[in-house]
This record gives sequence, structure tokens and C-alpha cells, in this order.
Amino acid sequence: MEEKSGLKTALYDIHIALGGKITPFAGYLLPVQYKGVIDEHMAVRQYAGLFDISHMGEIMISGPDSLKNLNFLFTNDFTNMGDGRVRYTLLCNENGGIVDDMVIYRFSENKYMAVPNAANRHKVMSFLKKHIFGDVVLEDASDSYAQIALQGPMSRAILTKLVDEILLPQKYYTFTSGVMVQGVECIISKTGYTGEDGYELYCKTEAGPKLWGLLMDTDNMLAPCGLGARDTLRLEASMPLYGHEMNDEISPLETGLGFAVKMDKSDFIGKQAIIDRGAPKTARVGLKVTGRGIIREGCPIYIGGKQVGISTSGTHLPYLNAAFAMALIGKGFAEAGSVVEAEVRGRMVPAEIVPLPFYKRA
Amino acid sequence: MNIKQNLLYSKTHEWVEFLNDTTVRAGLTDFAQDSLGGLVFVNLPAEGDEVVAGESFGDVESVKAVSDVISPVTGTVLAINEGLLDSPEKINEDPYGAWLIEVGQVSGKEGLLSPESYEAFCEGEGH
Repeated sequence: MEEKSGLKTALYDIHIALGGKITPFAGYLLPVQYKGVIDEHMAVRQYAGLFDISHMGEIMISGPDSLKNLNFLFTNDFTNMGDGRVRYTLLCNENGGIVDDMVIYRFSENKYMAVPNAANRHKVMSFLKKHIFGDVVLEDASDSYAQIALQGPMSRAILTKLVDEILLPQKYYTFTSGVMVQGVECIISKTGYTGEDGYELYCKTEAGPKLWGLLMDTDNMLAPCGLGARDTLRLEASMPLYGHEMNDEISPLETGLGFAVKMDKSDFIGKQAIIDRGAPKTARVGLKVTGRGIIREGCPIYIGGKQVGISTSGTHLPYLNAAFAMALIGKGFAEAGSVVEAEVRGRMVPAEIVPLPFYKRA
Repeated sequence: MNIKQNLLYSKTHEWVEFLNDTTVRAGLTDFAQDSLGGLVFVNLPAEGDEVVAGESFGDVESVKAVSDVISPVTGTVLAINEGLLDSPEKINEDPYGAWLIEVGQVSGKEGLLSPESYEAFCEGEGH
């Protein structure tokens, strides 16, 4: 039998008991699926699904100089952010490439939480440590938290069976903290990575199994979902994923993430390099396969026999029931309606450039 | 795991049914479809193409991954199961009914496994 090694989240035994197929991911052993990616994907679109995302990092940033540091370290502007708000940002290196993308939670003027990708947690932590200044404290609290995502149109109905509605965050990208969910203290944000309404709940690692069990027991239609559906859902919602649409070389502007970069801030790491790079030469586009086949990551994209870019993610998307991909292509070619071809395992597969996102909830 | 007694098998999880001494139908086993998960795309060869035992003749894709389908025998493709092109999920629903290709002038069948040997082989793969 194949040896699998990696860290186990607090929910590992539950995944095994639920029949999850375990795969190593970003140093963790996590379920790629339980019943099947397609069923899990559809459950989130039509009802609700539950994901163990405890592998995600939690880095606490505190102290009187927190805000100054955030505005210098990250690309977004945190100046006018209120308590209980969540903001998406990128972290760039000195060359304007992307170290990671993440969300930042503001508890108070002097206390924040950054949630980086699991695979980048240590890279982010050491990068931040190298660049912080003044009176600020960084703490990698990732091992102290379990994180569970409840996603789908029924999320609110499910959660309000356990928590008084008034204690839940009301608006997208806001959160509440110190919320007691049947005895489990949680941070609850109205955020997610699926394109659906939903919540992400953080609790102490040891309380993770109890929180998962409480949620599962609330509604027997709630589907446990693995990494497979997490990826197809985020792709259908056209959300970028580090290592695919982003990496240490690509600048945010070159992959359609300029909205999270505030060039009017006085300074931030990577700002000068982004200016020096000039107008972005590539754009992130959506492709809809019009022929037979599936365009996955890394397929060269051609227009009229000339290579104009490369696909960054792609698969058959269950809810839209068709094959789609995202690609980085030369700016001049990024026009909706343009006909392209992708080289897939030696075969040319025709596709069309379509607007992003592929899926937007009604 | 479902293994049919009237079929032969390859170590790459294809089944082979002999229609006569030199003609076979081949498909993916229950073990294969279960490991692959829900299939959403099949790419098959054309009639008249040569297939070679141990070499890829097409591919099947789930939302997660693409996998080669390895020919269990050597021969010439007489027919493909065109119904699968629009309904690849039939392989998941009925792996032994959803044949992929019919192959004539078959050789290279010596390496095929009996149902008992194939079952033992699958157990060795930790299913």
C-alpha cells in the first residue's frame, strides 16, 4: 500500500470515518472527495456543503504599528477598514511577483489576522518577519486553529439552528468573533471560495471535531466536501488559485488582480517594481471549450497558429456542465468572443474566450 | 469490487471479452472506474487504428485528472463505443457493459490475467 505522509488536521479521523479518499496536499493529509467531486460540487451549488480547511494558515498581527505594517507589507489599503471587516489582498515580493494571496481580518486597530494558503504559510511568515518594522508582533497561530467552511444557499438556515442569527456576520466579507456555537467559541466570517453564500468558521484545534459534528448533525442533507470540489467550485466561480493563476514571477496586474493593488498608497513592497514593469502584457481570461476535450493547466493557447498564452487551471465544471479553463494570454488577444485553440496532449482543442466569472450566483 | 468471471484482465485495469478467437471488446474495470471517479470525457481511437498491448489508445477524464487507457491487447480497432463520447458516465454506471473498443486480429493476449489473478492483483494495490 502506498505510504502517505503529512500532517493530520483535527478532523482526520472524521474524514476516514466518512469514507474520505485521503490525499497529501500542501503538507497535510486531506480528503480529496467523499462520495464524489460532482455530487459534492452540486450539493454546494444547490444546498450546502462542509469543508475542512484547517490547513489554511492563521497569522496574527498585533501591536500599535500593525496598520502601518499592513499598508507597507500588502498591496491593498487597510486605512479605512472597520473592525469586523475582511479584506482580500496580495503580498508581493520586491520584483512585483506574488508571494501569496490572502484575506486579512481586522479585530481592532491593533489586532489583525492574515489567512495565507497552507502551502505558503512558512514562506509568508518568513517574508513578513524579514520586513516588519516598529512595534508589531507576528504570531503563526495556524496549528492552534481548526477551520471549517460551510458553503451553499442553505448555509444561513443551517447555522441559525446552532447560533442566534444576530451573532452571525450579516454582510459579505465581514465577521463576528467570540461567538459561542453550542459551547464552541468561534470566529465566523461571511466569506468563502465557492461563489456561493456561506461562512468560514474558526475554532481552537481541539474543538474542531465537535464543531464539525454539530454542523453535520444539524442537517442530514449537508454534504461533506473534499479538496476536489473546493477546486472545481472556485474555478467555476473564476477565483484565482496560488500556483496556478499566481506565482512569484507574475505581478497582480498581469493576472487580473489589479483591484487588490492600491498604487496610490505611498509605498508598499513591490510597488516600484510594478511601476517599472509598465502596462501589463498579459491578461487573465476565461476559455469555454467549444470542441471535444478538457483544457487543464499548462496547455499552450494559440490564435491563428501563433502561441498567445498558456492555460492556468481548467476542467469540466459540474454545475455549468461544460469544460472551461482560465488562461494568461497576451493583452492584445484578450477579447471576448475570440476563437482560440489549446494544445491538449498533442491534440488541438478549440475554445472561445468568454467573460469571467463563468458562474455567478443569482 | 465487482469482477466478472467470464472476462480476462490487464494489470492496468482493463477488461477483455473474447467475441471469438481473434476479436475482443475491451473496457475499464469496476476497480478502475471507482479509482477514477465520475468520468466527464472519453477520447477514443478511430476505426482502423492499430492498438498495441501496453500502450495508450485513448484517455478518460474525471474532473480531477486525465488518465491514459492502456490497450490490453495488440490488434486493429474494428469499432468504438460512440455512445460513450456523449455519456462517459456510463463507464461509472456499468463498467462491464460500457465497452470502449472492439479489436480484431488480436495478439499479445498472453499477459492477460484470469479473474482470480486480477482480484489478487487489486487486493495488492490496496483496495
